[in-house]
Amino acid sequence: MFGLDKKDTTLLLVVAALTMLAPFLLNPFPTESGMAQFNAGYPDLMQKFVIFGIFAIGFNILFGLTGYLSFGHAAFLGVGSYAAVWIFKLFTYNVFPAILLSVIVAALFSLLIGFVSLRRSGIYFSILTLAFPQMSFALAYSVLSNPKFNLTNGETGLQVYADDPQRFHREGLPDLPHLFGLSMRSTHTMEIGAWSFDFNVGYYLCAIVMLVTFYLSVRIFRSPFGMMLRAVKSNQQRMNYTGLNTRPYTLAAFVISGMYAGLAGGLLAAMDPLAGAERMQWTASGEVVLMTILGGAGTLIGPILGAGFIKYFENIFSKINDNVLHQWFSFMPDGIEDFMVFIVHPFVGKGWHLTLGILFMLVVIFLPGGLVDGGQRIGRWLRSRGQKEDKTTGTTEPAE
Amino acid sequence: MSKTDVTRRGVIKTGAVAGAGLAVPTIFTASSAAAYTNEPTGGEVTLGFNVPQTGPYADEENDELLAQQLAVEHLNGEGDGGCLNTFTSKALKGNGILGKKVTFVTGDTQTKSDAARASAKSMIEKDGAVMINGGSSSGVAIAVQGLCQDAGVIFMAGLTHSNDTTGKDKKANGFRHFFNAYMSAAALAPILEKELGADRRAYHLTADYTWGWSQQESIAAATEAMGWETVNNVLTPLASTDFSSYIAPVLNSGADVLILNHYGGNMVNSLTNAIQFGMMEKVVNNKDFKIVVPLYSELMAAGAGENIKGVFGSMNYNWQLDNEGSKQFVKSFGEKYGKPPSNSAQTCYAQTLLYADACERAGTFNPCGVAEALEGFEFDGLGNGKTLYRADDHQCFKDVLVVKGADNPTNAYDTLEIVEVTPVEQVTYAPDHPMFAGGALGTCNPGA
Amino acid sequence: MDSFLLQILNGLDKGSAYALIALGLTLIFGTLGVVNFAHGALFMIGAFCAVTLQRILSLSYTVEDPTQKDFLGNPLKVQTPYVESWFGPNVGGAIIDWAVPLAILLAIPVMVLLGLAMERGLIKHFYKRPHADQILVTFGLAIVLQEIIKYYFGANPIQTPAPDALSGVANLGAVIGMDLVYPIWRIVYFCFAALIIFGVFAFLQFTTFGMVVRAGMADRETVGLLGINIDRRFAIMFGVAAAVAGLAGVMYGPINPPNYHMGMDFLVLSFVVVVVGGMGSLPGAVLAGFILGILESFASTTWATTTIPGINQIIIYLVAIIVLLTRPRGLMGRKGVMED
Repeated sequence: MFGLDKKDTTLLLVVAALTMLAPFLLNPFPTESGMAQFNAGYPDLMQKFVIFGIFAIGFNILFGLTGYLSFGHAAFLGVGSYAAVWIFKLFTYNVFPAILLSVIVAALFSLLIGFVSLRRSGIYFSILTLAFPQMSFALAYSVLSNPKFNLTNGETGLQVYADDPQRFHREGLPDLPHLFGLSMRSTHTMEIGAWSFDFNVGYYLCAIVMLVTFYLSVRIFRSPFGMMLRAVKSNQQRMNYTGLNTRPYTLAAFVISGMYAGLAGGLLAAMDPLAGAERMQWTASGEVVLMTILGGAGTLIGPILGAGFIKYFENIFSKINDNVLHQWFSFMPDGIEDFMVFIVHPFVGKGWHLTLGILFMLVVIFLPGGLVDGGQRIGRWLRSRGQKEDKTTGTTEPAE
Repeated sequence: MSKTDVTRRGVIKTGAVAGAGLAVPTIFTASSAAAYTNEPTGGEVTLGFNVPQTGPYADEENDELLAQQLAVEHLNGEGDGGCLNTFTSKALKGNGILGKKVTFVTGDTQTKSDAARASAKSMIEKDGAVMINGGSSSGVAIAVQGLCQDAGVIFMAGLTHSNDTTGKDKKANGFRHFFNAYMSAAALAPILEKELGADRRAYHLTADYTWGWSQQESIAAATEAMGWETVNNVLTPLASTDFSSYIAPVLNSGADVLILNHYGGNMVNSLTNAIQFGMMEKVVNNKDFKIVVPLYSELMAAGAGENIKGVFGSMNYNWQLDNEGSKQFVKSFGEKYGKPPSNSAQTCYAQTLLYADACERAGTFNPCGVAEALEGFEFDGLGNGKTLYRADDHQCFKDVLVVKGADNPTNAYDTLEIVEVTPVEQVTYAPDHPMFAGGALGTCNPGA
Repeated sequence: MDSFLLQILNGLDKGSAYALIALGLTLIFGTLGVVNFAHGALFMIGAFCAVTLQRILSLSYTVEDPTQKDFLGNPLKVQTPYVESWFGPNVGGAIIDWAVPLAILLAIPVMVLLGLAMERGLIKHFYKRPHADQILVTFGLAIVLQEIIKYYFGANPIQTPAPDALSGVANLGAVIGMDLVYPIWRIVYFCFAALIIFGVFAFLQFTTFGMVVRAGMADRETVGLLGINIDRRFAIMFGVAAAVAGLAGVMYGPINPPNYHMGMDFLVLSFVVVVVGGMGSLPGAVLAGFILGILESFASTTWATTTIPGINQIIIYLVAIIVLLTRPRGLMGRKGVMED
């Protein structure tokens, strides 16, 4: 189907099913129960899951295929957001032109940065790409927001004000980002018994965009172009010796992944019309690196899993406070309850960074291929349980 | 503004098993049952405390959260009742808000606009919070205030000092209890004139972002009006950790006052560096060299340690303030947590009580009703003395404290001493003051 | 002229910290070929060794003094450090006063052990793994270390003042008839850094151990074939690198009060320094550290910021880009190191 082989088609269908049914899957616990804390099926987080999924899928096209580790992709996400918000400010709240422009701007920006950075490889490339978002962040936070030439609105973040021109804004259109009149924020809540599920327009827009980008990335992975990029990863020198100039290929990969980042940035702004400079900090770039590697670099679905994993932590674990802990352990005798709260306390709420750090280390140490690797191991283990004589050792091949 | 929001959509209920009338709140849409966002339907009402749990202001958060928890306790009639005893409005009875028990959720802003909005959204979308309170920077406060306006909940801004919060970025659903850069300048200027004289030459180091500029502008205007000369204003990057290369030029600039428009870690480091370079022992133009830090906080004072001795600044509140509300609050807070409250703690405590009181007086949690009850509300007994929430811009007006690093502190908590309580009249400005111009309050948004 | 010299001094001072961290990073690259993102955290832990020692020395017993009241009106609890009660207020006070320099004695064993533990327990398993994995695991470790410190010490900066004798300013210009005052502790820091850098180079240059390590850096396999256990020596070098970062941190405390985040603040910068200096080149790292420190200082002057607004925020990165584009392997890098 769609020019994919059977395995990839299955994968695509699985991803499609997961994203379309996400409102159900992410809200497995009844609203009033203690476990509701772990529900992630509210619009904002679902949107973040897929948007950062797109970001990571794009990053994976560069890093997973060519092995070039860029720390600069946050800059593309950032300029994408700024471009989109400028469309909102000057012309219209319609997200279509905004997202389009954010992709274009990010493409131009990544072409420029890629052209400069790809003259070097290895860690030199990484540091070059690190320099650009850091400069962009510093400038966007201060210099580019001076009253004379306010491009970014600095610390506060670029947002839409009531006195902005919004040339094509008409009476009757939502006063928030919308797609031809369909507000990104409309949510339909379905209640079944004690459960409640949110269906949000913005989420479904993002989800559909993500499916398209996922499909494209599968096609890129399977194309001759993808093969070429993999060849660059395995031995660039040999490629050069055969008389082939690899730079156009790597630059193309760089720009494509930059466009994915811009798209993610545009979508972020479309879901919530505010663009902040922090989006361009190197830590934001680092986040997408973590997502990709955590999920499984070079695999198709890994980056999406990684993105979900990190965003889940950031949003769910940071909200668990002592009160919640006491609720959980309230069934225990007083002393033990306090003890349990004492034990768990450092790892949740304000300690969520600690838990995340520990999990990173555990995943990297024990699952070299990321979460996908973990999944494969479990799969293999389940399959091999029946046939005990099959003594496959635990050697894992790095996931592609 | 004539734009209208047509996001109204009815909630279609599915499934006969759906608990009748138990409409779980949805954000940004009307449900047939709810008249406004997150209308509490059960016996509980949820408040959202959005504070920086990670990042450089994490300790500030800790204090804010302690105060918010204390406020919730007092609202629910636990503990000693705290400022409910001294508050001039007697609407609160210690039985929750409008008879509903108060619960709360917490979230991490990371002192980043994006993260703060994500966290606030999850409180509104998932936990059904009717009010968001907290924050430790103006960027975050403005970002979250905008979100709350769109979502239709009340935002009680925590620590935010930029003029913009109730200036060009003011919003009908947002209220600020903290003072602002203009007020700092207006309160400081007369004291500086009295203590340092009217012919000083000032050198400004300013954090290079919106808040820094706003404060520098305010201070420069106020000090120039009384005859000071501004020698130079140097912008320093937010990410700076070592300020030596900004401090060194001050030595030969002929300035005799250094004004540090910095906050948090920036301020701790720039002040430490300035002291290192022997600034406080210098004599320039036959005058003792002085340092001014327009915005102080207890935690910054603690971080800067000995270095703050003799350094002037302003504060929103200090626990040494001598009034009934303050004494009561310090007693409740101190007995529970073993330390006096910081000014950010007091801000969040007062805001939580004020919100609850406004709900009681309005008889509803509807943001429009609450906002109306808060607008133009005058009260006393929450620690700051007589206070007014101005209707024009939702800025709170009250006395401002001018403080100084104590020369001989006796313990870890009296490192700052109150020099003067500047009366509210001196710091009041017209709502259309140029520094606050632009932007519009808009109309309150109940979200449904 | 004065301000020019002052900025040079400031640059050297900033450069000292950059150079020390970059030196340690390069030692680890050069020997083990590992990209250590936890190096900033080691610097931070060094600084917290000073904080810890200061806390230990100030451990106090409490006496209630009924003549004074605390903020709640209860009798004031007066704290007297044990050290003062044992050695009398003068000697005891002096010991507390000198906490930061004394912390060097604490930091060396702590940092070496921490470094060895890190290498044996974690890094060892990552030699054969891709650099991306090394970065990720050490970054995770950095977060964990930083959060542990935050859990115990809070997020607020903690003052670790220099001893009274070494705080204040000295007039450096007196000799040449100029008025050039500069903080004494910053001069101490620079000299200390120079000493450590010199020490590390001397160790590598003039000891047998150092010779073997240098040989191993040049050609690990051959040295291994000669029957020398190069891994063990490299592990020790990791400990040395950790100690260098830690000492840089200990002495940095009085310049800017340590907080749990300071390592991350330095991490990116020190990587830029290492790359500008040239991957795997020790002199390059030191040189680049000082050059970037000085450039950063000059970029912060009013003259520079009015000519090109915002130059002070981007100078380091701008220089990195220019250097990398004109000299592919940094100032003193070798061919083939970390280019794949």
